[in-house]
This record gives sequence, C-alpha cells and structure tokens, in this order.
Amino acid sequence: MSTRNVGFLLLAVALVAPWVAYPVFLMTALCFALFACAFNLLIGYAGLMSFGHAMFFGLAGYVCGHAIKVWGWPPELAMLGGALAAGALGVVTGALAIRRQGIYFAMITLAFSQMVYFFCLQAPFTGGEDGLQGIPRSPMLGGLLPVHNDMVLYYVVLAIFLFGFGAIYRIIHSPFGQVLKAIRENEQRAVSLGYNADRYKLVAFILSATLAGLAGSLKAVVMQFATLTDVTAAMSGEVVLMALVGGIGTIFGPVVGAVIIITMQNYLAATGEWVLVIQGVIFVAIVLAFRKGIVGEIADRWRAYSAGSRK
Amino acid sequence: MADPLLKVSGLNAWYGESHILHGVDFEVGKGELVTLLGRNGAGKTTTLKAIMGIVGKRTGQIRFEGQELAGSTSDIIARAGIAYCPEERGIFSSLNVEENLMLPPVVKPGGVTVEEIYTLFPNLLERRRSQGTKLSGGEQQMLAIGRILRTGASMLLLDEPTEGLAPVIVQRIGEVIRQLKTRGFTVLLVEQNFRFAATIADRHYIVEDGRVVDMVVAADVERSIDKLHDYLGV
Repeated sequence: MSTRNVGFLLLAVALVAPWVAYPVFLMTALCFALFACAFNLLIGYAGLMSFGHAMFFGLAGYVCGHAIKVWGWPPELAMLGGALAAGALGVVTGALAIRRQGIYFAMITLAFSQMVYFFCLQAPFTGGEDGLQGIPRSPMLGGLLPVHNDMVLYYVVLAIFLFGFGAIYRIIHSPFGQVLKAIRENEQRAVSLGYNADRYKLVAFILSATLAGLAGSLKAVVMQFATLTDVTAAMSGEVVLMALVGGIGTIFGPVVGAVIIITMQNYLAATGEWVLVIQGVIFVAIVLAFRKGIVGEIADRWRAYSAGSRK
Repeated sequence: MADPLLKVSGLNAWYGESHILHGVDFEVGKGELVTLLGRNGAGKTTTLKAIMGIVGKRTGQIRFEGQELAGSTSDIIARAGIAYCPEERGIFSSLNVEENLMLPPVVKPGGVTVEEIYTLFPNLLERRRSQGTKLSGGEQQMLAIGRILRTGASMLLLDEPTEGLAPVIVQRIGEVIRQLKTRGFTVLLVEQNFRFAATIADRHYIVEDGRVVDMVVAADVERSIDKLHDYLGV
C-alpha cells in the first residue's frame, strides 16, 4: 500500500468523520495534528529538536483571537496574521537558536518559549490567567461560510489542515527538503558540497514556526478562546510526545500521534490527573518497544512484508 | 608554472590542540593531475580538508583562480569551483542514487550532465532508485565521484578513491579519472596505492610530517623509484 493510498483512505475517513463523532473534538484533533506535523518538519527532516514550539502555537492563537475580537478582522485574515506573527517570532528565535545543536538548541528554544509564556501572562491583550475568551466565530470569506455552524467549520478546518499538510509534504519532497535531509545526516558533507547549512536550518525553522502558528490560530477560531495552556512548556512537551508516538520523520506519524493523544485526553478526562500517568506509560512503552513510532514501525513491517512476498 | 590554478602556501592546520600541517606548499596547474603521496598520518587527507575548510583551524594561503580562499567557509569554497570527494565518500543514506547525484548545487556552467555521468558509470544507471546505503563499496565510490562532476567545479579533490575496492573497479575508476583529465578537469588526488597513482598522474608531491618534502614528475618516476620507495616505506 503506497503513501498515496494511505492518504486517500485517511481523507475518506476525515470526510465522513463529523457524521459519526463530535465535530469540535475532531477539529481539535486536526489542529493538533497540524501542529505536530509542523513540529515534525523540524525534528524529522532538519534534525532540530525544539523544546519551545508552544510559543508559536500559543502566541499565534492570541494574535488571531485579538485580531478577530478587538480589531474585527475576518477569521481567515486573522489566522494569516497569527501564522505570520509566529513566523516572525521564528525568525528572531531561530536566528539565535540554530547556532547551537542538540541539547543546547533545545534549551535555547525552551528559554525563548518561557519568555513568551511570561510575556503572555503579563501582556494586557491576552487576559492573563483568564485567557482571551469569547472570540466570535464571524463568517468567513465575506459571509460565504457561516462558520458558527460546527459542520461548516469542520470542513473549513479540514481544508486548512490539508493545505498545511500538503505544504509540508511538498517541502519535504522538494530539493530544499533533500538538502535538509542531507544536512541532518552529515552536515559537514552538505556544507562542503556548497550549502550554507545555517541558512537552510533557519528557513526550516521559520516554516515550521509559521505552520505551528497556523495550527494555533485555527485552534483559537475553533475553541473561541486562547489560553496560557497553549504557551506552556507542557504544551511544547506534548507535541514532542505526539510526534514520537506516531513516528518522527514519517509523513502520517504526527497525525496519528496527535489523534491518539487528543482522543486519550478527551475520553479519559473523567479520570482526572490519571491521563498524565497513562500518557507517561504510553510514552515509555513507545520509546522502549517502538523506537520509530507507530507509523514508523508499521511502515517498516509493511516494507519487509512486501519485499518478502515479491521474492 | 606561470599561473597555477591552485597555489597553496604556508598552509598550517590543527585538529583541536594537535598541529597537523606545518606549512604545506604546492601548486597545481590548470588541467593537471597531481597526487599527494606519503605514509599514513603524513597529512595528505588533512591537506585536502584544509583546502576545503573543514579542519578545526588553519592559516596560510590558498589561492584558487586568483581568489584567496583561506578565510572562507567550506560552502563558499565549494561555490568557488572546488569539489571534494572524501575518503568515507559521504553518501547520504536517506536519499537514493539519483537524489544523491542531484543534491550538490550547480556552482558554474559547464558541468557534466546526469546522462554523461550514467555513461561514465553504467552501474549507477541500473541502481538509480536504490537507497544510498544499499550500494556496494565500488558503487558508492562511483556515486561519490559522479555527484561532484555535475556542479561545474573545475578542480576535483579526490581522497583515496581506490581504497578497499576490487581491482576491476580500481581499473574502472582509473579510466574515469583519465577521461576527466582529458575533459579539462584539474585533479588533486590523495593515494596510498602508488602503482595506481603512477599510471595516471602528471606529478607527485611527497608529504611527510605535515610538509611537502619533494616533487617528482611522471617522466622521472622510473629514475626516482628507490627514493620514492624510501619515502613511502614500501
């Protein structure tokens, strides 16, 4: 089964899903799936482990929400604004962070995300501890899309998710993506072939930040609020978990990981703090048993199986 | 030599605290095929790496086509038209053969086309969709040489292209290097295999303890054979 067939299958599931499951839950899952895909672009293909991706996700949510609620922007424009704000934050933080590698890179991104967290806690427009509430779902495209209806909004969210997912797919399979893979594998060799590795890493960082911002903006529109939860270090950790569970460096892995984590949080919410314990257990089990994540393992088995049956 | 393509003078290089090159001087004319010979640890590979700017620290002069490169980073040096094929080959295992071939950026016009590379190395054409890791040592070496030809670089630095390969493949690589020379490429070759080097090179530089200590032109190899054996300890 090729990547394309898996894609069509998942798309078919996504198209009928809102008739079966609760649309707001599905939309939340799609927002996090896009967030995890954006994160995966950075770690899976550029080899950069960011521990501060919540800053892009969360800040974009605030910017988007503020633009809709206070400035009265239409949601599509506000989401673009949120994504671009995250991209701009990515330019500044990325330019400094990519000078270091490995754990130091992770620490610098964590430090920046903590700065953004405290900024969001104190800044007047975020509502501090209360968050930014009551973001109206104004109609999109000049009234063409009545997104106050959950079903309509679901398909809008799905379209935006597919746009982001498609963009990431294109990036990974472009010559730019191949240079990224080469840098991840052997940076010195890529540089001595004539590539400025830092510039490529920075562009990947900015793209990842912008798409994470798009996901955060989308979430603000869906949930009609933006809160500090989305800027915390815990959120940065959660996206790492989603990518790991699904499979880092695989196309569908982050989507699967995000859906699993969000489903767990949703259906196990009644157990309270136990959700975190269960998440922890799953995390440990995945790291120990499926080093490549769920999708990574399945893909490996499938390849081995089809290679065996061809003989 | 009136105007060498590459002129290296007083080149010093360090790996961390260890001082490896102690003032290397040599030059390579346009279209020449020159080797660096010497014992293990003499500093041959380090000389190539120092030219490419991938050692810890270096001083001295590296003039290429009249441009001073000693202060530049490796990506700038590669874009000036020097292509490096390292001993470990550096094939990217997550990319297939064709992607590896297409990866290096074109820095100047006039490079070898992909079709011509496949003509030089027919094995690569058969395996164009194979992952980099699934190639044999010989195929990896062909790919490592092939992919730097596309960029339009005029100077090739080849580090032990025959190491660990079957005689028939060594022969094939020798033929290809000779063809490249007739196409106008300038080649600086590091070799342990003196018998291989002697068949294709115009001149040989002897490297010892991080310095160039002697130079032998191809016509004098027969006459200097005892001296060479002394230097190389074979």
